[in-house]
Amino acid sequence: MRKSNIWAWIILIVGILYFFVPLVATLDFSLRAEKDVYPSFEAFRTVFSDPEFYKNFSSSLGWSVLTIICSTLLIVPTTYWVHYRLPNWRPAVEFVTLMPFVVPAVVLTFGLIRLYCCDPLPLISSPILLVAGYMVLSFPYMFRAVDTGLRAIDVRTLTEAAQSLGAGWGTVLFRVIFPNLRVAILSGVFLTFAIVIGEFTFASLLNWPAFGPYMEYLGATRAYEPAALALISFLLTWGSTMLIQYIGRGRGVETQVAGTR
Amino acid sequence: MSQTPSVKLGTGDAPLARPPSRKFSWDWLGLAPFFLFAIAFLLLPSASIVINSFKSPEGAFTFQNIIDVVARKDLRSAYQASLSISVITALGGGLFGFLLAYAVTLGGLPKRLRSYMLTFSGVASNFSGVPLAFAFIATIGNTGLITRAIEGISGVDIHQQGFTIYSIWGLSIVYMYFQFPLMVLIMAPALDGLRREWKEACENLGATSWQYWRYVALPILMPSLLGTMILLFGNAFGAYATAYAFAGSFINLVTIVIGGQIQGDVLFNPGLGNALALGMVVIMGLCMTGYSWLQRRAARWTR
Repeated sequence: MRKSNIWAWIILIVGILYFFVPLVATLDFSLRAEKDVYPSFEAFRTVFSDPEFYKNFSSSLGWSVLTIICSTLLIVPTTYWVHYRLPNWRPAVEFVTLMPFVVPAVVLTFGLIRLYCCDPLPLISSPILLVAGYMVLSFPYMFRAVDTGLRAIDVRTLTEAAQSLGAGWGTVLFRVIFPNLRVAILSGVFLTFAIVIGEFTFASLLNWPAFGPYMEYLGATRAYEPAALALISFLLTWGSTMLIQYIGRGRGVETQVAGTR
Repeated sequence: MSQTPSVKLGTGDAPLARPPSRKFSWDWLGLAPFFLFAIAFLLLPSASIVINSFKSPEGAFTFQNIIDVVARKDLRSAYQASLSISVITALGGGLFGFLLAYAVTLGGLPKRLRSYMLTFSGVASNFSGVPLAFAFIATIGNTGLITRAIEGISGVDIHQQGFTIYSIWGLSIVYMYFQFPLMVLIMAPALDGLRREWKEACENLGATSWQYWRYVALPILMPSLLGTMILLFGNAFGAYATAYAFAGSFINLVTIVIGGQIQGDVLFNPGLGNALALGMVVIMGLCMTGYSWLQRRAARWTR
């Protein structure tokens, strides 16, 4: 074994420990809910029998479905149009999609609340602000995924072939472009899901029921249940990442980089 | 070059090969929904932050809010805390992430480990916010696994003697969990991009391995190294959920103060919250400008 090889192993092992020790600790902690019983699944039982858990989790599911639909309907036609007709606008569109890196979630929430709190547009009482905030969060992944997907297909030929067969814009988009971007859209969708399902900042500051604020509430009031929730949450993140890798296998889907939360 | 004789429409026998160029195109309408959304939910809120930063509680124009952010000790210390945690985790996460990326790409480890490591990194870089805070409370909190292990082995309770994990250093340990995997994800492809010919050319010219790294590899990698570290900096600087769930109000970060300002006017001056937010946008904006400049430089070698 070469000397450099030993160092590589040491660094790798440290990295693996950093990755796994908190997970093991969380698992260990979540199994200690009963005094003299180990392992005890009491914490998981409590979480899964709490009606609030289902209420908040399904709210978050609803938010993520809404976000995914709105974000897809906004990003796919826009990116398609940039590829097909307005390539000069690409930097401008890309710049907007990268805004969540410049405006942190908490700052954007602050601006949204101050702007839409009162007349002339009191949107604060409708969930528009929450979904809009989530859409902004999803833009970098959605745009990047769709952009990569569009680059792999011949947009012009597909569009003109469809049009010469009499297709209108709706048909071109929904029956030609969308099906060809299945994989790209799906990887954007799962990433958006992974972000929105446990999101805390927007939901908590805008006062909507969601899984993130519920977790935080439980963390402030209970001892062992938060660890159980952290594990459930980790499994969700892990599951979405695995799905992205699975559907994107062999297609060179780029690694996705998250914004601040 | 001969000039094309001007052709009057309808006078010639043959129709024009090309119709006269359109004066106005409606193509931009296709992008209108996207930009309207961006204006309503990104541009206007940001503009409102900028405008309100320069407004006194009575609504007059003033620089007082900006001056207060710099002058007030609690607000200045919030910026100091946010900046130091971002610098610590950007440097620490950047260095460790780079070494790890090196280990799995060029370190001569079994090929299989590389894809495992990249998968781990993909998951870990997305595992942040409230659950991450809980995981670390279970690890290094008052009754966490590591805390108990250290106490069991050495008899020292790390939480005694006034030491608290709910500090900048403790939070840095938490942030590192998503920082270094992000570095691995970005640096691994960059390290793959180092061509073997460059190394061979160096060896043929008699360069040592150190000289190769010092004069060839590191200068090529430098833009992506620095660029990614800027990204890590911004990643930590804007984080709210993780810090809030981990340490609550124990750590006075800028994002925590802004959050408090939203929930109830804790600073007793709405303009001050705007000025705090403006400072964040300015710093993040500078970061992204530096990042995109470095990205363009990094792209030079990957054509």
